[in-house]
Amino acid sequence: MSGTSHPAAPGGVVPPVATPRPGNAPGPGRRRRRRRISFDRASFFAVALLLPLTVYVIFVISPFAQALYFSMTDWSGFTADMAFVGLDNFARLLGDDKFMRAALNSALLAVIVPTVTIVLAIGVATMVTVGGSTTGGVRGVRGAGFYRVISFFPYCVPAIVIGLVWAQVYDPSRGLLNGVLTGIGLDGMTDFPWLGDSRTAMGASMFVIIWSFVGFYTVLFVAAIKGVPGEIYEAARLDGAGRFRTAISITVPLIRDNVRTAWIYLGIAAIDSFVYMQAMNPGGGPGYSTFVISQDLYQTAFSKGQFGYATAMGVVLALVTLLFAGAVFLVDRITGGRDDVRGHA
Amino acid sequence: MSVVAEQTGNPARGDLGGPPSGTPRRTASGTAGDRTAATTSHVLLMFGAVLVVVPFLWVFVSSFKTTSEILASPFSLPADPSLDNYVNAWTDAGIGRYFLNTIVVVGCALFLVMLLGALTAYVLARFRFPGNKVIYNLMLAGLTFPVFLAIVPLFFVLRNAGLLNTLPGLIVTYVAFAFPFTVFFLYSFFRSLPHEVSEAAQVDGAGEWRTFFQIMLPMARPGMASVAIFNFLGLWNQFLLPVALNTETDNYVLTQGMAQFASQAGYAVDFGALYAGVVMTVIPVLVVYVFFQRRLQGSVAQGTFR
Repeated sequence: MSGTSHPAAPGGVVPPVATPRPGNAPGPGRRRRRRRISFDRASFFAVALLLPLTVYVIFVISPFAQALYFSMTDWSGFTADMAFVGLDNFARLLGDDKFMRAALNSALLAVIVPTVTIVLAIGVATMVTVGGSTTGGVRGVRGAGFYRVISFFPYCVPAIVIGLVWAQVYDPSRGLLNGVLTGIGLDGMTDFPWLGDSRTAMGASMFVIIWSFVGFYTVLFVAAIKGVPGEIYEAARLDGAGRFRTAISITVPLIRDNVRTAWIYLGIAAIDSFVYMQAMNPGGGPGYSTFVISQDLYQTAFSKGQFGYATAMGVVLALVTLLFAGAVFLVDRITGGRDDVRGHA
Repeated sequence: MSVVAEQTGNPARGDLGGPPSGTPRRTASGTAGDRTAATTSHVLLMFGAVLVVVPFLWVFVSSFKTTSEILASPFSLPADPSLDNYVNAWTDAGIGRYFLNTIVVVGCALFLVMLLGALTAYVLARFRFPGNKVIYNLMLAGLTFPVFLAIVPLFFVLRNAGLLNTLPGLIVTYVAFAFPFTVFFLYSFFRSLPHEVSEAAQVDGAGEWRTFFQIMLPMARPGMASVAIFNFLGLWNQFLLPVALNTETDNYVLTQGMAQFASQAGYAVDFGALYAGVVMTVIPVLVVYVFFQRRLQGSVAQGTFR
């Protein structure tokens, strides 16, 4: 559930700064806490802490931990036989053409999807916040709220439905896209299989993924830009900076932390991409051109029953994800991330 | 697309002059550069809005067409709009059953995760005890790693517990995976609540249970609402967990029912039912979105500053 379903999580992840409580810091309240253990108190802690944590550890933490061990076995699942094979699975992955193809596709998604999504989202966010009239107060274009409400909606729609809807739009003969293209005179597009041609399948799939993310990150960037004091934009305007220059030199540096967070969450979601690909090309697309690691893992585990090998793919997926996050932080540091430049209130 | 907009919209140097100060705000005003920028922005934003709305609208209209009409032309309107597709989807394609399953699973999981998440967040935020930090980091781990890493072992955890392919099993899994997000979000909320009120309650003799349910939980209502909306959407849209852990057709949730359409080959698919299924799956989230979009977007916004 991390990543795709809860992209809002970055907010929650950061431990909030302990706010000093005025007046009564470690005063009488502290003493009140040190009471003897009553039934009320014991039952409260059992239900509030012990019960949920037990469930959480069994169903979330223990599978993560077990995965590390399973990935080093040749376990095929339904028998107890499980030989420890060390790193054999990982060596085998390197020579597995299908997996390497999937890894390449996932890497491609991790680079292109976040980049395009962030550029588009910053563009839209700029237009709806500071892209308006250059006279009077700094503001966005008229009707900004309308565009924001529309663009955010795909975030709420199940990804499987988004994939299905677009698979219908891309359909060679019944689809809306070819209908429009032939309608405007591009007869060469009659029956062109957007998702069935290895030249276009990946691009078309990426478009759908980006389409579903842009609105959410627009809202994120809108909030960040609104946290920048208007005077900064007014000053830039007085200095004669145009909209494009302002976006590059003022907005992006000032919302840098948000861009970094967005990059990480988009990257994680793009490396996954499971639902979208399953919806548009469950088999991996023409010539495996849209086949991704998550699909390979799913097939290897639940169709072929090679659970040890599939778990090794899961470990690789997790490593790739962590490496990606690390790379984003590194690039951010190298390009001079200035941590406290953000002028939010 | 934004880049183009901003370049063409680059205002002329002389825009410091502007119109007389009497111009009311929010009217189309300003220099020629402003007008170009505004026009370009609106064209691009409108194009984006159309791109979002049209596919859904097309599916909605198509859901009232007969199969032969669907195959004939993507643009034709239904000659005789009927609800046949909805009936077919609801009964033949099993969407009705999946819909009920989804309501049961999401309803139960949402209630449980909100209750347990709020309790844990409250304890972590308001009590100091050994292990507090460890628990916090465990939550972080649950949020950091991809679910795909856990999915195979999870399959066997559920199988060993006899919960595989059952709705209770799915509910427990949903609760467990939505739990860390819920705790994180509510943690910061409970921390920000004033201490005086709960202390007053305890002075008056209220126990831990009463203090939580009658004092603290009501105060955390705004935070609870935001998290509940996110969790509702996250669970309603959940795909990987049910696909891997709930493979009994009778127990399918909506997203699995929809995925069935994708895995069926070509023309064997009842496209009318597919469109109707899409509409029926989207309507609940559309309702939630229409009612709560302000809070939803507000929460996303707040999240960035935390």
